[in-house]
Amino acid sequence: MLELKNIKYSIIDKKHKTDIIKDISLHIKPGELIVITGPNGSGKSTLAEIIAGIKKPSSGHIFFTSKSSKKQDITNLSITERARQGISYSFQQPVRFKGVTVRDLLQVALTSEEALVAIDDLAIAKLLKDVGLEPVEYLDREVDSSLSGGELKRIEIASVLARQAKLTVFDEPEAGIDIWSFDNLIKIFRKMRKDIKDSSIVVISHQRKIMEIADKIILIDNGKIAKTGPADKMLREIEGKNK
Amino acid sequence: MMDLDQIEADLLKEVANINSIPDGAYNFRLNGKSIGRKSSNNIKVESRPSGDGLKITIAPKTISEVVHIPVIINASGYKETVYNDFYIGEDAEVTIVAGCGIYNCGTDDSIHDGIHRFYIGKNARIKYIEKHYGAGPSKGKILNPTTELFLEEGSYAELEMEQIKGVDSTVRTTKAELRQGSQILINEKLFTHGRQSATSKYEINLLEDNTSANIISRSVARDISRQQFESNIIGLAKCKGHSECDAILMDNGSVLALPALDARNLDAELIHEAAIGKIAGEQLTKLMTLGLSREQAESQIVNGFLK
Repeated sequence: MLELKNIKYSIIDKKHKTDIIKDISLHIKPGELIVITGPNGSGKSTLAEIIAGIKKPSSGHIFFTSKSSKKQDITNLSITERARQGISYSFQQPVRFKGVTVRDLLQVALTSEEALVAIDDLAIAKLLKDVGLEPVEYLDREVDSSLSGGELKRIEIASVLARQAKLTVFDEPEAGIDIWSFDNLIKIFRKMRKDIKDSSIVVISHQRKIMEIADKIILIDNGKIAKTGPADKMLREIEGKNK
Repeated sequence: MMDLDQIEADLLKEVANINSIPDGAYNFRLNGKSIGRKSSNNIKVESRPSGDGLKITIAPKTISEVVHIPVIINASGYKETVYNDFYIGEDAEVTIVAGCGIYNCGTDDSIHDGIHRFYIGKNARIKYIEKHYGAGPSKGKILNPTTELFLEEGSYAELEMEQIKGVDSTVRTTKAELRQGSQILINEKLFTHGRQSATSKYEINLLEDNTSANIISRSVARDISRQQFESNIIGLAKCKGHSECDAILMDNGSVLALPALDARNLDAELIHEAAIGKIAGEQLTKLMTLGLSREQAESQIVNGFLK
């Protein structure tokens, strides 16, 4: 499904070079839900952005088995091209748009490039229900600051679910939402795990309840993979270490 | 329908969104001449005695009626100044659809300066929709609308002003005077491209207590077009005023925003917000992660912004 080979990412600021990702290789199989965890600043979000094509790695290669089921090197593909190949990405901080309604955004998300068909409200309403929002209340709302953090997050997740992507990457889905929305979020992830089939999900997260749903946990520290293993074993180790 | 050619019919569709003769009262003006006019039981449409525009009288308690007064110019070099006066009776509730479309394929400037004055009676409510549109290869499509509103006690005016395409030069001036408890809401949408220039000037006088004004301007400046937004909300009593100017820059477009608040009463609460900048990178990124190309993402954002 997705293979990262010797990914490195550095930034140069005032002639000073900082290595954010030092050398990461990993392999994600179809049907797997993987949680990437680790301390703040360890490079997790950067890794998610590299997978989605938002950041280009300084070196290394990314291989992806796309919709056409052929493994290909996608290192140089743009965000748009990766999205069209079947990679979906959920923002940690959902983006706000003045004037773009929930309907507009989900319509874009649901429209596939091959078949430009009109999307009816029914499909959009279903998506909203799936993330616990009442469609009549939200369809015509603008995706702007009139929505709360929790509402924006649910709409963000709905836009990602709409893609029915082969690979979905969530960057800290729990960020900025209250405890009530959090329980709902866990429900959404449990359902995603159940319906995963041959697609894959990568979640950047610090939350135990999300890690519990994972098949595998990857611990990243200081730009490198510190440890990786099955979720239950990894959880015991991480918690043992913190005791 | 009156005898219109294709260009005229297209202009009419753009500015007034009509394909046929509308229900209710109307006046259609083509190159300075009225080519169709009708009054209704409650709305009287007649020429001003001076012959340079219309006098429109709306009877008190008229409910949910619409009056259309579109203007079309397709004679290159045609210049006109038109005065339209609206007298809106107490407790009336009406929608007024104005707008001007210019098609200019010649070498001379075509200019329409429309001066609209609204006398809005006690507790009356109006919605005023004004669209401006230009087409044709000439660079001389010029519109300078002036709107003056006098709002009596408890009245309400909602203005939708839209200029989306093709007008080369425009200076829009809107002035309002508000009496006891009256309210005004202005929504402006502006898109300029090429070498166009557009200026919007607002002067809102909140003369008496419990008045309120809300001006919301959204604009996009493309290519090398230039926009200027000037607003002044003057609070002379216990009142609330809010203006918001949001502009997106593209290419080498430029925008000057000059918002002013003039509070002359201790109980005047006036707020201004202004934001000018290019399309936020993260907005483009988000739409690209949903499979849109950069160009598709830009147009989705701009269309939503100006919707």
